[in-house]
Order: sequence, then structure tokens, then C-alpha cells
Amino acid sequence: MSDKQSNPQVPSSVTEQASQVDAEKRKFLIATSAVGALGCAAVAVPFIKSMTPSERAKAAGAPVEVDISKIAPGTMITAEWRGKPVWIINRTDEMTAELAHHNDQLSDPSCEVTSQQPSYCKNESRAIKPNLAVIVGICTHLGCSPTAKLQPNGDMGANWTGGFFCPCHGSKFDLAGRVFKGSPAPINLVVPPYKYLTENTLLIGVDTEEKA
Amino acid sequence: MTDTKKSAAASKLDGALAWVDDRFPLTSNVKAHLTEYYAPKNFNFWYFFGSLAMMVLVLQILTGIFLTMHYKPDADLAFGSVEYIMRDVPWGWLIRYMHSTGASMFFVVVYLHMFRGIIYGSYRTPRELLWLFGVAIFLCLMGEAFFGYLLPWGQMSYWGAQVIVNLFSAIPFIGPDVSEWLRGDYLVSDATLNRFFAFHVIALPFVLVGLVAAHLIALHEVGSNNPDGIEIKKLKDKKTGIPLDGIAFHPYYTVKDMVGVAVFLIVFSVVIFFAPEMGGYFLEANNFVPANPLVTPAHIAPVWYFTPYYSVLRAVPPILNSQFPGVAAMGLSVMVFALLPWLDKSPVKSIRYRGTLYKKWLAAFVVSFLVLGYLGTEPSNIWGQFGSWLGNAERATVVARIATTVYFAFFVLMPWYTKKDKTLPVPERVTG
Repeated sequence: MSDKQSNPQVPSSVTEQASQVDAEKRKFLIATSAVGALGCAAVAVPFIKSMTPSERAKAAGAPVEVDISKIAPGTMITAEWRGKPVWIINRTDEMTAELAHHNDQLSDPSCEVTSQQPSYCKNESRAIKPNLAVIVGICTHLGCSPTAKLQPNGDMGANWTGGFFCPCHGSKFDLAGRVFKGSPAPINLVVPPYKYLTENTLLIGVDTEEKA
Repeated sequence: MTDTKKSAAASKLDGALAWVDDRFPLTSNVKAHLTEYYAPKNFNFWYFFGSLAMMVLVLQILTGIFLTMHYKPDADLAFGSVEYIMRDVPWGWLIRYMHSTGASMFFVVVYLHMFRGIIYGSYRTPRELLWLFGVAIFLCLMGEAFFGYLLPWGQMSYWGAQVIVNLFSAIPFIGPDVSEWLRGDYLVSDATLNRFFAFHVIALPFVLVGLVAAHLIALHEVGSNNPDGIEIKKLKDKKTGIPLDGIAFHPYYTVKDMVGVAVFLIVFSVVIFFAPEMGGYFLEANNFVPANPLVTPAHIAPVWYFTPYYSVLRAVPPILNSQFPGVAAMGLSVMVFALLPWLDKSPVKSIRYRGTLYKKWLAAFVVSFLVLGYLGTEPSNIWGQFGSWLGNAERATVVARIATTVYFAFFVLMPWYTKKDKTLPVPERVTG
């Protein structure tokens, strides 16, 4: 560099170039940088997409058959569908009768949030047959599985009419999976799509898409 | 050896050093960061925790490398491989307990380090970036702890991950897609475990080490603060240019820090050998049960170092049928530390020269932090309910709400009370 400075002709051209912005060259540099940035963004897509559920994970959502003949009235079993617990509760007549009596304590008693159950379960018992409830046992708050407290009163206090209690953040649901007011969970538990294959056999997850 | 031989060997060594120095700035870096890095001479107890945090980081990386030699990041094998490490791998139990205890001790040390920064105003000008790097390290550390906690694939691992990943689904509009993307499945599964392993052992440690380097470079650029909150660079020896209140980091503080390391290792060993589970606070009982996606344990709580923020999450009620406010409050309760350099308007840095108003606020903050931390380890009905005069509200929830309010008030009102505070005059020189 000292060589260049010793040459009297070079400095003048250097200073000229420094003071004058070559607009063409700048435009070119900005354009190439923008294209380069676009290229980098495009390359990021496969990496981000690689973290979404794989084909195998998607295929694991097959429907499951459940034998319901051995569930005694007033008890429940837990089936597994898409890796989630699905409760099948054989509600007694007293239990189904109680469902209509505490609507004033519920956030969404008539199930207006349509994403939470198939249209054929948007009724008072949230079920195809009133006694048999089918509910995905995942709390709508942060995804814990609530604990069954099917019997009234007990350790849940005098006003408890039977339902489910989430141990993580204390959300409370009734025996149709409807959320009680004041719970951290914002909406009712999900009723999955299901149908009766026979009197005693359920098929859970008949539709891969949940009906709205 | 004769003297001539000695000096010949010494000059050979000098020659080797000169050879290296011509090719790599070894001597100049040793000088800049150790032998001629001048730290204030009045460091006290609180100044042990930075170097201790570095040591724990090294310990975690070392023990982690050895654990990966035996661990299997597979939903079917993970739980068993951890038990295998505990029972069959020679000294595996020690390495794992060092790693699990190290995680908790990392937070003990970092919380104390952060508290030091707060009481002596170490985040104030010109150390804002130093503080921000520190906050980034803290966030990174929380990520490390969270990802690592899934790896044993116990019940707490599983449901803890389930809850935290679902926090993202509370974000309006994009939330559910984000949490599905993070899990790589519709629920926490093998795909989630495998990627959390990748984050835990390679991605975040890289970021963490890089941030620690940036933290140190920033520190050595601006120089250390001290318990008096005085800039020692203002008064330098006219001949040497060395700060009058500065002493070389090496040997003076390397020797002091070694005492800290010795005491720390005694405490660390006591925990490892006599209370590695620390009564369920360092390793939770439910995590000795393999993950079961169908059953949530009756009482789930995060490990102790996350509980203050978890309490904030629980304390904020859903607003307009949305849990987002609670999630946002929890996120803010962690991120708000980053704003400290701009919230503090006091003319003095150190608590030594602040007035009682600030001290009262700080005490209220510490108490609320500890109360939130305690409540986060317990179910929300731990203290029973108030009577009907308060709508049968849970006592613990009400207390958590008050503590959350105080927690945020400490930050939000800081510009006001630090200005109003009656401060003492700050001396020219450090006071020992």
C-alpha cells in the first residue's frame, strides 16, 4: 500500500472512487445479496420441514376397536388412540340425569365450541348413546391427563357431582367432559369421532379428519 | 544441572514461546485475560459464583460426554439405559449423579451470580451488553435443563415436556402448529425424545459455550464491577496505567477462586454421595416410573429451579377463554431481567449507597421470588381455601397472585423508586 501512495497518479483516482458512489455496482451488490438471502431462506425450508411429523407418525393415527361389554355401570376404561388416552365411561342413569343440573357452573354447557366434538355428539350427554361417554382424556389447558373422580363428593368436596380433575393445574370437568367455570382449561374436553360397530364394539377414530 | 545448562534450557523455552507468539497471540492473550487483567481489589464472597458457574459448565460437558456413551435416545430404550448406567456401568451412578446434581447446582450458582449483579448494579452502563449476554446464557441454560429432563423418559420427564411444549400452543393463531413442529408428532413421543437429545447434547451446548465466550470478552472489555459500584479505570497510576484499585486477575483472583472451588466441591460431594435426590427436589420421585402417555401422575411439578415461573403461570387466570396471558406472564417473568439496565435510574450502582426505599423493594422481590418458588413445588390446594367471603378461593393461589404482582412491580416501578430513593455519596476509591 505504501507503494501505491508513493505513486502520485494512483491516490487521485482512489480518492475519486471513494467520494463517488458507483450506483450501478451498489445496485448489483444489493440485488445479489437479496438473491443470496433468498437462497439461504429456501435452504432453511427442508430443515424446518424435517421437524414436522413424519409419514410414520401420520400413519399411526389408525382407528382402534374397543370392546365395551365389560365396563360395569359407573366405571370406565381407558383405550389408546393416536397415543392419547380415550376414556370410555359407562355412566349410570343418575350420572346422566345429573348432567342437566349444573349447566350454570359450566363455561360451555351446550357445547358451542364445535371443534371439541363431532356434530352427532353435540347434545346434552355429548354422546351417541347417552350412557356411554367417549372422551379424549387430555386436558385442554396444557395437555395433562385428568384423574377420574367419578363419584360425587369424596375428596373433591361436598359440591362435587362427579367428573374429572386435572392434577397439573386444577381444571375440573363433569362426566361429559365439560369444563367448569374458573378452571385454567378454556374449553371442553374433546369427544373423538367414533361409531358403534356392534352393540358391544366401538370404533374410535372412524374419520381421519374430525367432523366440525 | 549447572547454571549454564539451566539458562540454555530456559532460552530454548523462550525461543519456543517466541516461535508460537509469531504465529498465535498466546502471550498477549494470557496477559490480556489473566496476568494483566486488572480486577477491583475489593471482591467479596459474591464474586465466587462466576468462576464456579464456568467450572460447573465444564463439569456438565465432561460428565455429559460420558453419559452419552451409554445412553440411548429411544422411547423404548431410554428409561432402561438410564437404569443400566445406574446399575451396570462401572461408576455410572457417580457420573449420572454428578450430572443431575450439577444441573441443580448450576442454577444455584447462576441465581447467586445474578443476585450479585442485581445488588451491586453490575448491569448498569457500560455493562449492559455483558448483562444481556448473561440473560441469554440463563435462557440457554433453562433450555438445556428442560431438554435434558426429558431424556430419562420417566413420568415427570414426559408430562413436564408435554406441559411445556403445550405452552407454545397457547400463542394465538400459530401456536398449535408450533407445538406440533417442536414435538414432531401429535404427542410427546420417540420423535420428540430424539430431537431433544440433539438439542441437549449438541445444539445448545454450542450456543452456551459461545455465549459464555461473548460474556467474558465483554467483561474483559469493560472491566469488572465491584461491591462499591465504582469504575476503577477512572483512577489509574500515572506511570503504569494500572488502575489504583486493581489487582491482576492471576495470581490474586485465581488463588481466591480456588478456595471457592474447594468449598463448592465439598458441598457438591455431600449432595452427590448423601442426598443425590435431595428429597425429591433434584430428582423427582415420579421420574423413577417409566413414561406413560395414558396416565398423568397425581401431582406434577417442575424441578425447583423452574418453580417461580411455573407459579406465575398458575397464578394468572385465563382471560377471555384464553390461557395465553398466563403463558405470556411466565415468559415475561424470565425475560424481564433483560430490561434491568434501562429500568434502574438510580445515580448509584451498588446497594451500599442506595437508600431504604430500594432495599425494601429488593427485599419484597426476593421474598416473592422465594414464595413463588416454594408454591410451585406444591399443588395449588396446599393451604386449603378461604371462606365464602373470598369466593372459596384457594389460599395458595391468592398468595401466588400477590407475589406475582410484587415480582412484576419490582421491575415496572423501578424507574420511579430508584429515582425517588435517597442515596448516599459514593467514595472515590473502593472501600475494601
